[in-house]
Amino acid sequence: MVPFIIRRLIVMVGMLFALSFITYVLFYALPVDPARLSCGVHCTPMAIAANRERLGLNDPFFIQYLKWIKTIFVGRSYGSGYVAVHCPVPCLGFSWNREMMVTAVIGSVLPVTVYLALGAFVLWMVVGVSTGMLAARFKGSIFDRGVMAISLIGFSLPSFFIGLVILIFIVVRWHWLPYPSYTPPSVDFGKFVGAMILPWVTLAILYAAYYTRLTRSQMLDTMSEDYIRTARAKGLPEKVVVRKHALRAGLTPIVTSAGLDFAGLLGGAIITEKIFGLVGLGSVAIRAVEDLDLSMLVAITLLGGFFVVIANLVVDILYAAIDPRVRVK
Amino acid sequence: MTMPDSAHSNLMVPSTHEGDVILSVRDLSVAFKTDDGIVQAVSHLSYEVKRGQTLAIVGESGSGKSVSSLAVMGLLGSGNSTITGEVHFDRKELIGASKDDVRQLRGLKMAMIFQDPLSALHPYYTIGKQLAEAVTAHSNVSKQAARERALEMLNRVGIPSAEKRIDDYPHQLSGGMRQRVMIAMALINDPELLIADEPTTALDVTVQAQILDLLRDLQKEFGTAIVIITHDLGVVADMADDVIVMYGGAAAEQGPVREIFYQPEMPYTWGLLASIPKDGDEGQLDPIPGSPPSLIHLPKGCVFAPRCTFKHLVPDNACATSRPDFSQTGPNHAARCHLTIEQRQTIRIDRKIGK
Repeated sequence: MVPFIIRRLIVMVGMLFALSFITYVLFYALPVDPARLSCGVHCTPMAIAANRERLGLNDPFFIQYLKWIKTIFVGRSYGSGYVAVHCPVPCLGFSWNREMMVTAVIGSVLPVTVYLALGAFVLWMVVGVSTGMLAARFKGSIFDRGVMAISLIGFSLPSFFIGLVILIFIVVRWHWLPYPSYTPPSVDFGKFVGAMILPWVTLAILYAAYYTRLTRSQMLDTMSEDYIRTARAKGLPEKVVVRKHALRAGLTPIVTSAGLDFAGLLGGAIITEKIFGLVGLGSVAIRAVEDLDLSMLVAITLLGGFFVVIANLVVDILYAAIDPRVRVK
Repeated sequence: MTMPDSAHSNLMVPSTHEGDVILSVRDLSVAFKTDDGIVQAVSHLSYEVKRGQTLAIVGESGSGKSVSSLAVMGLLGSGNSTITGEVHFDRKELIGASKDDVRQLRGLKMAMIFQDPLSALHPYYTIGKQLAEAVTAHSNVSKQAARERALEMLNRVGIPSAEKRIDDYPHQLSGGMRQRVMIAMALINDPELLIADEPTTALDVTVQAQILDLLRDLQKEFGTAIVIITHDLGVVADMADDVIVMYGGAAAEQGPVREIFYQPEMPYTWGLLASIPKDGDEGQLDPIPGSPPSLIHLPKGCVFAPRCTFKHLVPDNACATSRPDFSQTGPNHAARCHLTIEQRQTIRIDRKIGK
């Protein structure tokens, strides 16, 4: 198990470097001049040229990339003299538009994104997996058909539609909940939940629909496996057959999907954030695109990729823990 | 095995006691409801198996041989199948018995092994755990005692250094070893009946004989009755006391192994025997023309008639219009065929069928 994890860690580091390189290439190729961006309103061609030299934009591409990587690990200072600002490790650059460190911006909005993703994740996993298991258990029943029909609808509706419908009815028409205004859980947990519940439900509907179908088909597939027939042939009660033999095998592939979907959400849920006025990574990313805020964009892309790579590692380790065919050669 | 209406014991193998029949199947039929129509997978199958004896069920894929055994074990599931007839096991009627009653017999008194031991073993549990589970499913013994019993069985089925392999996962074993594990698991509670569904089909040829030897040894030791399902007549000759040749979901011929090989009574059995490679065949096999019938729309007459090369010998086109009865040709031997006894004899002599 330990060599397996070490192997995966090495692969992960390699993937992160590849990811950082590709991200850097993409944004380097964009027709935006960072020297112009960092120059401000009253800009002269001379100032741009000076910036260009100061930012190292005249260096060869690969040197620029290495410097950028180095910055992440050792930090650097922007500006000189009394206006100099130090960018501590991990330094992802300076947002000239916001006149703030990229890490500071990300750090301030990351909790919102994490809470949003975590709450939705718990909600959709509980609802989706249990409904899927019940539907598989009562395959062909009215319950099963109803659940399948509803999940197909839930699955087909885009999140901006679900979100808006929820907002219009529950907040605007019926006044069941106030318009969400984010409050950190440490300040007022009740208000926090009140603000997050609608975005959670919006995201969860979409994913729960998918996980219901996934769980149902996984369980049905597993129940028709030969080793389930063997378990029955041993004379095990059906309860034991399902809980001990089918569940573990049937739910394993769901772990993979769940890990990656969760990681994807950590990269920002742009539409849901916008609808409910939450300022998370998604909103910041949108603004960075609008402002052509290169360092911010590179950082958010890298962070999203980082989450996915980490989730991949966690999923791999979980998988190995569950399935001895991965672990034991 | 005896014919349903014959109380005489088998002539081939003298039985030790009268009435030591462990499994008696009468008029067993299995139908599945599918979107395309009703599949009549098994029709009116009857047989008996005595303690310590072996019945081989032979037939092509889709002839109903596996389905009939799964029905006996109560493993078909109630979903879309309809099972009629009687299955007396150890004097208990299984068809119509409560699910829980049948479950308690499964694994304890009657056990089953399957074709592909890799997919039949759970990939996530060690073989020791899977064997021990078969013990604890039926008795209140400690985990330690169950594990000791598992180890004992692994040694008995010839797993080398079993005390180490007991903590292996199925994927760490070879195909032959996995099938040994399956056999150990099936026999761990010393059942009266073992149903072996193509136990050697998925294995290397070199391993097949070892597994059959093992089954025979264990049968001698424990007195287990075996129903072996196979399409391999070599396995039949090797293992069986009695044989049922199945075709299109029904028995085409059944009788003691010797009579099936030396005095086969109907054209499908002749075809099966002729398709065994023999010395001096120079690589030429003699296959049965055509393919097995669809079980959704069985022909009105004899199910084998479309592939039968002798149907023109029967007057009035009877093979296409009426299904032949199962007629007695010896004390325990019966076949479904419109040909007369004399016609069959002539054909056997002409074609050098049987010996």
